[in-house]
Amino acid sequence: MTTLPQSTDKKLGLVIDLDTCVGCHACVISCKEWNTSNYGAPLSDVDAYGGNPVGTFLNRVHSFEVKQENKPAQVTHFPKSCLHCEDAPCVTVCPTGASYKRTEDGIVLVNESDCIGCGLCAWSCPYGAREMDALEGVMKKCTLCVDRIYNENIPERDRVPSCVRTCPAGARHFGDLGDPDSDVSKLVAERGGMDLMPEQGTKPVNKYLPPRPKADVEEIDVLAPFLQRQDEEAGGFLGWLDRTLEKL
Amino acid sequence: MTIHQQPALDTSPEVSDEIRRTTCYMCACRCGINVHMKDGKVKYIEGNKDHPVNQGVLCAKGSAGIMQHYAPSRLRAPMKRVGERGEGKFEEISWDEALEIATGWLKPIREEAPEKLAFFTGRDQSQSFTGWWAQAYGTPNYAAHGGFCSVNMAAGGIYTMGGAFWEFGAPDWGNTKLFMIFGVAEDHDSNPIKIGLGKLKKRGAKVIGVNPIRSGYNAIADEWVGITPGTDGLFILAMIHELLKSGNVDIDYLIRYTNMPFLVNQDESSDEFGLFLRDADGKELVWDRVKNAPVAWDAKGVKPAMKGEYEVNGVKSTPAFMLLANRYLGEEYTPDAVAERCGIPADRIRKIAAELARVAFEEEIVLDRPWTDFRGEKHDKMIGRPVSFHSMRGISAHSNGFQTARALHILQILLGSVEVPGGFRFKPPYPKPVSAHPKPHFKVTPGKPLDGPHLGYPQGPEDLGLDENGKAIRIDKAFTWENPMSPHGLMHMVISNAHAGDPYKIDTLFMFMANMSWNSTMNTSQVMDMLRDKDENGEYVIPHIIYSDSYSSEMVAFADLILPDTTYLERHDCISLLDRPICEADAVADSIRWPVVEPDRDVQGFQTTLLQLGVKLGLPGMVNEDGSAKYKDYADYIQMHERRPGVGPLAGFRGKDGKGKGRGEPNPNQIQAYIDNGGFWIDHIPEDSAYYKPWNAGYQEWAVERGIFDSPQPYVFTVYQEIMQKFRLAAEGKGDIQPPEHLREQVRMAMDPLPIWYEPFEQSLVDNDEFPIHALTQRPMAMYHSWGTQNAWLRQIHGHNPLYVPTEVWEKHGFKDGDWARVTSHHGEITVPVALMEALNSKTIWTWNAIGKRKGAWALQNNAPETTKGFLLNHLIHELLPSKGDGMRWNNSDPVTGQAAWFDLRVKIERVDPPPNLQSEPTFAPQESPVGQGPANVEYGKEWT
Repeated sequence: MTTLPQSTDKKLGLVIDLDTCVGCHACVISCKEWNTSNYGAPLSDVDAYGGNPVGTFLNRVHSFEVKQENKPAQVTHFPKSCLHCEDAPCVTVCPTGASYKRTEDGIVLVNESDCIGCGLCAWSCPYGAREMDALEGVMKKCTLCVDRIYNENIPERDRVPSCVRTCPAGARHFGDLGDPDSDVSKLVAERGGMDLMPEQGTKPVNKYLPPRPKADVEEIDVLAPFLQRQDEEAGGFLGWLDRTLEKL
Repeated sequence: MTIHQQPALDTSPEVSDEIRRTTCYMCACRCGINVHMKDGKVKYIEGNKDHPVNQGVLCAKGSAGIMQHYAPSRLRAPMKRVGERGEGKFEEISWDEALEIATGWLKPIREEAPEKLAFFTGRDQSQSFTGWWAQAYGTPNYAAHGGFCSVNMAAGGIYTMGGAFWEFGAPDWGNTKLFMIFGVAEDHDSNPIKIGLGKLKKRGAKVIGVNPIRSGYNAIADEWVGITPGTDGLFILAMIHELLKSGNVDIDYLIRYTNMPFLVNQDESSDEFGLFLRDADGKELVWDRVKNAPVAWDAKGVKPAMKGEYEVNGVKSTPAFMLLANRYLGEEYTPDAVAERCGIPADRIRKIAAELARVAFEEEIVLDRPWTDFRGEKHDKMIGRPVSFHSMRGISAHSNGFQTARALHILQILLGSVEVPGGFRFKPPYPKPVSAHPKPHFKVTPGKPLDGPHLGYPQGPEDLGLDENGKAIRIDKAFTWENPMSPHGLMHMVISNAHAGDPYKIDTLFMFMANMSWNSTMNTSQVMDMLRDKDENGEYVIPHIIYSDSYSSEMVAFADLILPDTTYLERHDCISLLDRPICEADAVADSIRWPVVEPDRDVQGFQTTLLQLGVKLGLPGMVNEDGSAKYKDYADYIQMHERRPGVGPLAGFRGKDGKGKGRGEPNPNQIQAYIDNGGFWIDHIPEDSAYYKPWNAGYQEWAVERGIFDSPQPYVFTVYQEIMQKFRLAAEGKGDIQPPEHLREQVRMAMDPLPIWYEPFEQSLVDNDEFPIHALTQRPMAMYHSWGTQNAWLRQIHGHNPLYVPTEVWEKHGFKDGDWARVTSHHGEITVPVALMEALNSKTIWTWNAIGKRKGAWALQNNAPETTKGFLLNHLIHELLPSKGDGMRWNNSDPVTGQAAWFDLRVKIERVDPPPNLQSEPTFAPQESPVGQGPANVEYGKEWT
């Protein structure tokens, strides 16, 4: 069992816009690419060219269909990675102290040298956000690119998680959700950002912006402003054409 | 309880030793990438933030480039076939031997009959170079893959408005308020569309997605229209009906910028019926409603009539706009008349039409930018109608796709929303009217070059590629009465025609990066048989096959000689203004690739190989007078070649001082200048020239300065397409050049100068009760335009391709999870796994394309899901239409352009017991892998962690 810090100076996290995510998987692969050769052990791919390729990913996109009676089904793309919870059960369950939450920014990390690969943390995470690396035998998870966001060897504008930098649609936002005046906090306020499974009591830092209501599930109003035929008594279409030409 | 403790952490590790900036080639999008190098290896690839295409972002393919670059399926050396075709048995040979073999085949036929070489390139980003090579060789048989990709979209755009969607144009992302996409799963403009959608979402602009399948972009559309495949044209024409009847079309725009006022000959007995009336100088006439007389369309102060009947020199005529209005105001185009066929309620069609009208005419945007038009008239503002459209293969890949693409362009033109703020904008070198494009060339002279570029835009029957007996000059029968305006050729017909010896037999089939024995061909099973078929003497019917690829693809197994290409990080390339550049609507731009990693195998860039072959063959332009090589390699060609004096493959940093923009003499340090500039060159269009480009005097002058044109080329949009009417007149018996009898009716029907809708051909020829379902494919975003399935990371995302079945069909057949289905077309059957998808048109099934692989290919192991459950829909699609009983071979293509009609497919589906071994059917014997199989596990980057 490991304790969590009483509080953190910042609450760094992601805001993911489900209204904008097209499900392209750019974030998934950019994350894999950065993290396989940076923080900690590589993200291995077992049976990479064979019958059951299974690799470690810190971020995955799931797609769901949602259907209401007699209405067109909706499709939502749902990227999922560690939500850096304030009450992170993956930390408190850790028998060695390998899992910890940073006091300065709230990032939840695994100190791989202390990780014994017991898997308790993955079991305790209600989001399924941790993955045990099959070849390295250590627990891997989103680091929020802790080796990018403060990295003085890369340009300042690039000091964001790899998934955020690469997202083509701009559906991923990074910032301090503990600061109500930050851009991400304002975005959450504006768009009704939501916690994932709040009933679990984990107080996730990451937030999701819900899809906006779709026009195709609305009934078409009997008073809908359809285009009206040009008045036949005023010459119909040709009469309109004459009047338009006169005005030019 | 372990008390909270934090280990020391280095948050500023070194990322890489060096960043090399080049251009991605994981698909056709051509993004700028920063390749991070460490210890001589690629460590990390990210988007280049300064790059005009992707502005720093990068898709899944781009980031997976590492796995592509180090893929175990990379070819290692030139190879010659030692087994039978299709087996995959090869022997590695030297480049000298490989080039000798190729020359031994190619030299004799060049001297005797150059047409016996069919040279077709697939995923080619160097078409201005490969076309130039083929022209120097002298064969008429050259094209790239456009004919089976999206030529309807390209040709429909160019024949209507002098430019098209894809990378040649884009919505005005910063200003548009309503964006409507048709048949878009992904696009050449992959990241720009995602960036653009993100901008629209941020602003709260509305997106409407028209697609039978709600995935990707359609999933985030604010409104989804789950249209029935092949009916987009009807839907669009019904919206045009609504706009016309209510007076919501931009008459001022139509008068100024289109041929809608032009007078059309209405004397049915005339040889010029349906053509424009012209004055003595050949200028099209309009009726001046003030002078009450005919005048040239561009006369100063002209006030053209848009309706009425006028007699000019005894000829009855009417403005083209009247023909358009009369047609689409007809009852057959009302929403009620089309609703059932389209699978869209009439009220929804009415609602969307009303929304288009409201945004276009009530939310117009005005930019304070004075500009001057080509007539010399000054305008103090730029007025925009902020409605924009985009479409792709969902419209294109049908036999009615050309006319549907034209209908869509006409819809946006009627709204006045092309090349205006908030609308659709061209990217240089577009706009460019048909008249400014070359015509196709066909004159073959043994031992000499072809008389001009192969591909072009016919302007009438006189431009067809027919010999004196009316026989096709090209092996793919492009530019014939079967498909008169086929500017991208018909790659999907090459193997079938060569095998049939129709129109003639060939000697050597030479292909580059085109998987024509597998996912890029229709009728895959029979095409494999054609490639290995032998004549009565035991010789292959197609005697020689040369193929160039970087990877061990399915096509490799069918070649006699393999010329191995490099990966995209090992090569030089230019993304050229002569070809398909990376321009933006606000800028001209081009870019390069350069070897950020040196090849570690005995491979070289295909273009360098072509130059070496050119020297061995003594091709003009590739050798000096003494027979020595004019260009050391492709990089040397890129810098030193001039297509016209002062204009070469790269537009930036020209001239000895490297300051030339567009024009200037060759610069031997040009590639280094590109590298120093991040791999690209960009030059912005002045603000007052950035809109109204076809008519903007400022833009036209700027384009001439940059070498895009040699003189200003202003023009008006050809809403009424007179060129098509010329073909139609021939079909009606007028003129000297006449179609064969069996094609008269098809030409007359298809070449209508105003868009029409007709039932997709396959649908009209099969029993729709027997084959009630439409079957489609899409490419997933993480693999679009990518040789992606062998990629160790991407195949974990898209390694399976079940057949997606809509709820109605699922329930009717009693399908359950894990079930299998037999799917049958008029041509073949497949047995495949199914999955339920609710967000799908109720008459449509679909799957991801090109996931299925042949065992032995791509260095995958034989139990890879791509080779077991994975399948291709291609087995159901024939390159020929069902027999009409007339003994003719009718190709399964658009009758205007020859576009492969992949999406016309009709099928029936049945629930069946799972096949033995849960293996999709049909099955094929494995090919041998010349590169072995990939390693069991990958731990990329372990050395750095």
